[in-house]
Amino acid sequence: MNAVGSAQIWNGSIDILIVGEGIDGAAIHASKLDGVDKILKFDAPHLNHPLAEDVANIIFKIGREYSVIIAPHTWFSRNILPRAAALLDVSMISDVLEINEDNIYIRSTYAGNVHAKLKSGDPIQILTVHSSKFKAVGLNGNAKIIDSTAPEALNLTRWEKEKKIDSVRPPLINAKVVISGGRSLGSAEKFNEVLSPLADKLEAAIGATRAAVDAGYAPNEIQVGQTGVVVAPDLYIAIGVSGANQHIYGMKDSRVVVAINNDPDATIFKFADYGLVADLFEAVPEMATLVSKT
Amino acid sequence: MKILVAIKRVQDYNIKVRPKSDGSDVDLEGVKMGVNPFDENAIEEAIRLKEEGFASEIVGVSIGSSLSQDVLRQSLAMGVDRAILVEAEEVLQPLAVAKVLKKVVEKEKPDLILLGKLALDSDAGQTGQMLAGLLNCSQATFASSIEIKDGEVFITREVDGGTESIVTKTPTVLTADLRLNEPRFVKLPNLMMARKKPIETIKVDDLGVDVSSRLNTISVSEPPPRKEGIKVKDVKELLQKLNDIEGLKI
Ligand SMILES: Cc1cc2nc3c(=O)[nH]c(=O)nc-3n(C[C@H](O)[C@H](O)[C@H](O)COP(=O)(O)OP(=O)(O)OC[C@H]3O[C@@H](n4cnc5c(N)ncnc54)[C@H](O)[C@@H]3O)c2cc1C
Repeated sequence: MNAVGSAQIWNGSIDILIVGEGIDGAAIHASKLDGVDKILKFDAPHLNHPLAEDVANIIFKIGREYSVIIAPHTWFSRNILPRAAALLDVSMISDVLEINEDNIYIRSTYAGNVHAKLKSGDPIQILTVHSSKFKAVGLNGNAKIIDSTAPEALNLTRWEKEKKIDSVRPPLINAKVVISGGRSLGSAEKFNEVLSPLADKLEAAIGATRAAVDAGYAPNEIQVGQTGVVVAPDLYIAIGVSGANQHIYGMKDSRVVVAINNDPDATIFKFADYGLVADLFEAVPEMATLVSKT
Repeated sequence: MKILVAIKRVQDYNIKVRPKSDGSDVDLEGVKMGVNPFDENAIEEAIRLKEEGFASEIVGVSIGSSLSQDVLRQSLAMGVDRAILVEAEEVLQPLAVAKVLKKVVEKEKPDLILLGKLALDSDAGQTGQMLAGLLNCSQATFASSIEIKDGEVFITREVDGGTESIVTKTPTVLTADLRLNEPRFVKLPNLMMARKKPIETIKVDDLGVDVSSRLNTISVSEPPPRKEGIKVKDVKELLQKLNDIEGLKI
């Protein structure tokens, strides 16, 4: 939805590509997005678990009919889009923060320490966008759904299985509230014991620093940062997190940031709207008790 | 099996790089440089595959100025067998790097091509996928585990909200995540020994590929600073402040 929002900057007509098997429902949903012309639906058994080789091939086949190809900056598109760009012999701009006229973009580099303004001279603009930086479009549209025939499977790769984290909590990517714990939680049991009650009360997703993941306190799917997930919730609460560059990268676009840390000089406080210097093992349970929302 | 590993020289991950005062580029004067961390994982994995008897030879390749010799030396000290430096004075963009690597692949004919999933300087994360596209071969990005069975490569990789397992046919391009392994420390004697291993130098112009920049940097700047926050004295005050924020329901 945000990617469609970002595409509107060009004032052209917008189509949506959707690939998979048995995706009628998804296509209908996509057709409601405001300002979209057509939904190009590639529905085929071999696209059940879409592989980079096959999806990039589809984009390659239809890509020259477009002047701009945009996707949100997710693992899915980060896997596919560079391959499609190479097939089309154009460069790609990753994780765009701002789109200006004349194909001028702002994106972050050096782990978020530097913003680069650049201009692309390619005939097709291929980019992934930092979703939280763009407005989502509404759902009052009525796009045409076009069934397209997918090219044959390339059979370079075989899909085996997947492991999704099943959680009662909202997915990290679009949670309104995220609370993240660091190495200081000390063990997997404590990580859970201290953070869960507060997460339950706030209906929050739980995130972790790399140090907490490496120590085995939390699964790697919930790592927030440069090498993990990038989140931008309304409220981000960093608990016992030092505020390393690579972590900040993953949460600095959050609307309100709270940090709880017992070191008054911790870097994280520079990125927090509200800082509480306290022992997390006392402050977090107290907070869980005092929060009124149930 | 033969393995090619691509290695980039980047700033040390602890260093906060800043723009030059005129905003023309970043200021790397005096900044500590080394092997891109994700590339270190790629090197480590290649060496393990050789130690486990799956690989016969590991070739390291870097594209950059003559300074990039130091990261190649580092890889040789870790256990890479020989290295190639493709000398280029300009910093090449991912598509150009992929085109150069394609040339090297055509010459070396590796079965596995290992790269880091991302470089700490440009943060683009594109080169491996682009290379796989140009080679029309299989790809497995963001790999947290790589195993070889009966000539096929089994990979566990990161997807949105979890992981997936896929099997690729060789030749295949793999990009390494930090979780893939724990890179070994290099011992001093190995560093000395690495001096004797060969580094072949090729001039990028001699490869006959178009490495021109498609993206032109207009300026670089520091990100807009976050509004200065406040310290609260206790949990009660914190909750009060949060409750006062419009649209935030807690
Ligand atoms: C290439 C690369 C990529 C990386 N990617 C990521 C990434 O994606 N995400 C990420 O998070 N990291 C990443 N890192 C790691 C990053 O550099 C830091 O090491 C990590 O974020 C630190 O995690 P931490 O804050 O939990 O631990 P620490 O840095 O050890 O900080 C612990 C904090 O807890 C506080 N504390 C201790 N006890 C208490 C207590 N009782 N009450 C309150 N506070 C307490 C301390 O004051 C300290 O500030 C990456 C590193 C590299 C090299």
